[in-house]
Amino acid sequence: MTALSLKDLSISYGDTRITHGVNIDIAEGESFALVGESGSGKSTVLKAIAGLAPQWTGSISAFGKPRSHGIDGHFARACQMVFQDPYGSLHPRKTVDATLTEPLAIHGVGDRNARVETAMTSVGLDRKFRFRFPHQLSGGQRQRVAIARALVLQPRILLLDEPTSALDVSVQAEILNLLKRLRREQNLTFLMVTHNLPVVSFLCDRVAVMRHGRIVEIADVAALKKGELQAPYSRELIELSADHAD
Amino acid sequence: MSMTVRAWLIDDSPSSRLQARLGRAWRICAALMRNPLAVAGAVIILTLVLTAIFAPLIATHDPLKQDLAQRLLPPGAMNWMGTDELGRDIWSRVVHGAHITLVIVVMVAVLAAPAGLVLGAVAGYFGGWTDRIIMGVTDIFLSLPKLILALALVAALGPGIENAVIAIAITTWPAYARIARAETLTFKNSEFIAAIRLQGASAARVILGHVLPLCTSSMIIRVTLDMAGIILTAAGLGFLGLGAQPPLPEWGAMIARGRTFILDQWWVATMPGFAIVIVSLGFCFLGDGLRDVLDPKSGGQQ
Amino acid sequence: MSKPLLEIENLRVTFPTPRGDLDVVRGISFALGRERLGIVGESGSGKSMTGRSILKLIRAPGRVSADRLSFDGIDLLSRSERQMRAIRGARISMVMQDPKFSLNPVMTIGEQIAEALLTHKRLPRREVSQRVLAMLESVRIADSERVAKLYPHEVSGGMGQRVMIAMMLIPEPDLLIADEPTSALDVSVQGQVLDIIDEQIRRKGMGLIFISHDLNLVSSYCDRILVMNTGEIVEECRAGELHNATHPYTRGLIASIPRLDENRDELPVLDRSAWAAK
Repeated sequence: MTALSLKDLSISYGDTRITHGVNIDIAEGESFALVGESGSGKSTVLKAIAGLAPQWTGSISAFGKPRSHGIDGHFARACQMVFQDPYGSLHPRKTVDATLTEPLAIHGVGDRNARVETAMTSVGLDRKFRFRFPHQLSGGQRQRVAIARALVLQPRILLLDEPTSALDVSVQAEILNLLKRLRREQNLTFLMVTHNLPVVSFLCDRVAVMRHGRIVEIADVAALKKGELQAPYSRELIELSADHAD
Repeated sequence: MSMTVRAWLIDDSPSSRLQARLGRAWRICAALMRNPLAVAGAVIILTLVLTAIFAPLIATHDPLKQDLAQRLLPPGAMNWMGTDELGRDIWSRVVHGAHITLVIVVMVAVLAAPAGLVLGAVAGYFGGWTDRIIMGVTDIFLSLPKLILALALVAALGPGIENAVIAIAITTWPAYARIARAETLTFKNSEFIAAIRLQGASAARVILGHVLPLCTSSMIIRVTLDMAGIILTAAGLGFLGLGAQPPLPEWGAMIARGRTFILDQWWVATMPGFAIVIVSLGFCFLGDGLRDVLDPKSGGQQ
Repeated sequence: MSKPLLEIENLRVTFPTPRGDLDVVRGISFALGRERLGIVGESGSGKSMTGRSILKLIRAPGRVSADRLSFDGIDLLSRSERQMRAIRGARISMVMQDPKFSLNPVMTIGEQIAEALLTHKRLPRREVSQRVLAMLESVRIADSERVAKLYPHEVSGGMGQRVMIAMMLIPEPDLLIADEPTSALDVSVQGQVLDIIDEQIRRKGMGLIFISHDLNLVSSYCDRILVMNTGEIVEECRAGELHNATHPYTRGLIASIPRLDENRDELPVLDRSAWAAK
């Protein structure tokens, strides 16, 4: 079953065209990566799927149902997003408890106390953090809260916008392990945007390379691991990534 | 016992919403108390409030009782601040005037601040034509000098405290709207707002629950600092006979009456003048102290 | 290593907090010649504070103390603020992370670079502008005359960082401290900027302190590496020998970074209790 389907997606901001005819199909339970440099349009694709970039043509469907252009309450229950910056994605004046309870309140979901506790446990947050404010948490803890917030409505698709690039290296490993485990436990579908190829190797099944708003190549991550991508730009990205490593 | 209360408040892992909020309030107060000027300001304001509440007990005479035989007496044992041209005790009048001043200041804040806050946040959040229309209206009000505008309104509505309050509130809300709008613009596009929108929150919920709480710090600071100006504007209206009407002991009106005797019986005008200066200073010190503690840009804690 | 350029012994940086004094750098010692030294650590490790304390940029209420802090024989600890100003820029320079924040937004690029030069040398106007243009070209900005008239917000991140390098190197210092110079840049641009720094250092025989959180980057770029954790140096080795690192923190860090040919089901996570901070 196709979880997420993008057909001919062309997104614009005002007069500028950001993406040109993007086509991607993601199966349920799959973990799909979208890689590219800044300006490639990868984050914009996520925003459009989420409803934060309403100016687009083409179609976006989740589980067969096309979505509208703006924010959609029903879509919110099927698909949620984890943002990049753990420092900016939590409201500074709301406790962890308030942040996790609010989506439940918006959608009229009952049994909130239990659900908040479950969400916190599943992301490995001790209950003593429940009534802390964001500035009293470390970067890794904040990102766990962000993940818990995304999962508290029990969506089936998770959009991840560079979820670990703002974190310390040692914390990154914890969060990556967490994401991998959650996906397995809840049979989630991931669409992850990143510029970090090794993270893709660890967490994803397939990868699409984007450049200047177009998809250059879609391949299995197995090919990425062997460095066997076809398009010259993809190979360039692998080169640069490898230069980095010893 | 007090030790455990304090420990409960600064506990790093609060176990309830109430504890978290009280803890945060406590930390802010503690930070404020480290600033001597802020403490001085707080003491002055507290004195003002207590004076207003306990006026009948603190005043030595009836503020409205005239005694023409005792008119224009200098400060002395019987009349701590002397008497005015109708023989009324100035100290008692100043003390009862505190009540009037406090009422004016609080009523203006209560009327103007929420209105300005909401309008500014709505303008900033929606942008586009909503923003332009609201800001256009704000600009019109801001382009008129405050005192003149207040005068015009009072002239239209008629003299009296209630109308003075309304007039001053109308001149004050535009600045708050601008502040709220500016604050809203700084985080309108931030990820936490995107996140809550993504979860299906309506615009009302986002503005009331997420945007407004972030504007309150700047608002509190600005309102506190404005209090001095409000007092002076009210005094100005009183001075011109448009605010509180005689025989109410409003400080501005008292200065006006005392102006004619300023050279020989200086105390009639200067005593209420001192009161205005001290209270205005108190609000300024407190406002500055609050800014140091609350303003995220000047390194405040939260 | 010939006569060391920089010698630091027992450097300590302390900040007062409501809970008592906090040591962010705890008595570290190292020496630097005309070589490339990388200081690697995560946030809170004290690496940036170390860089800043060399230039005495840490202001009260922070306190810096050391048994020895000497640069080219000059005792930096006893230099007054005025004397330090003659050293900053002219002898020791610093390139920071994000040109968006480190360049003055209301001055043109040419003006800023000229200012960096004029602060330390008196030169006739024409020579200044010649030197500015030459400097821009040496950091591979081809259109130097046009770029000199632009404002920082009008150029890309990569170009902004090259401008920053030009500005910091035009007074020809002996030591460059680069604090995360490529962290805010795209992968493809990072390589270019690193090449430019490399070129400049070689050309002028400068020393380099490269501060970063990216272990792999530092090991491929520098000659020697210091690994810092919670204010202390936990490892010191030559770059090529990082895989032989002995300290558990370094080994844990290396192991926890995913690789391109990753096939582990779970990434090893650092066990912090092994060296928990006091």
